[in-house]
Amino acid sequence: MKIEIAMKLFGKDILIPDSIVNSFIIVIILSIFAIVVNSKIKKAKLDDKPSGLLNFMEAVVGTINGLVKDTMGLKNMFFAPYITTLILYLAVANLFGLLGFTPPTSDYSVTLSLALITFTLTQIFRFKSLGFLGYFKSFADPAFLTPLNVIGELANPVSLSFRLFGNILSGVIIMGLLYSALGYFAPIITPVLHGYFDVFSGLLQTFIFAMLTMIFISSAME
Amino acid sequence: MLQGITSEAFILGCSAIGAGLAMIAGIGPGIGQGHAAARAAEAVGRQPEAQGDIVRTMLLGQAVAETTGIYGLVIAIILLFVRPLLTAYLNL
Repeated sequence: MKIEIAMKLFGKDILIPDSIVNSFIIVIILSIFAIVVNSKIKKAKLDDKPSGLLNFMEAVVGTINGLVKDTMGLKNMFFAPYITTLILYLAVANLFGLLGFTPPTSDYSVTLSLALITFTLTQIFRFKSLGFLGYFKSFADPAFLTPLNVIGELANPVSLSFRLFGNILSGVIIMGLLYSALGYFAPIITPVLHGYFDVFSGLLQTFIFAMLTMIFISSAME
Repeated sequence: MLQGITSEAFILGCSAIGAGLAMIAGIGPGIGQGHAAARAAEAVGRQPEAQGDIVRTMLLGQAVAETTGIYGLVIAIILLFVRPLLTAYLNL
């Protein structure tokens, strides 16, 4: 099922493709979810044991806080909300293929934007910790290797975006080919492939993206 | 002989051959990740209580090593479905 938006804005035709519309839907769903959890927290008493949704959310936040503390150190815990947002958005976005929609991360613009956010954060923290002149001098460490250092730094967001894009897009294409080839007999083998491409590969790529973001940022801060 | 081939058909055929050649890049990650999994299995056998840490480190390393195979896949997909060479020829 594809939902596209085609509208006229200021006299020009604008077409929003289905993966971007799905990204809007995910943002709206996550915002409503956050408001629901927030209202439940405000009504809960501090001495009772948490139950149901609050229990699950406390486990998730505790796990991600532990991950940030192990990878980035205790003094960088202010990154934990951004990493939690990234993990929640990517997990829901990659698993969206289970519902029959196109996952937003199968569009290169979405993964490139996320990788560029990581790239900007890395460069800003490298700038802050090395100072103005030290930042440029750090690329000329052995002077004849300067282009190699610059290209190595630019290759990080490219490989980050391509890894996520390639994994999710290949799953979408293979499942599309299978469904169109088998027709009514598709449900015999597609559940197993959905379990691999959407659940296992999607969650693993979420974890890898978050871990690599944390490693890049924490290595730029030394 | 090659008399009845139009230019567009020739470009499409060569794009298909190029896509097939690009997928040869899938050999590298297969060998490398299998080797890494063998070392991880050996490490778990030597110290079974560190299995969680070992498996997590192995998955992280394997996902990074898979990147070059994914580069080949993206080139093959672009050649087959986006057909940039045909567009470049038609705009010439």
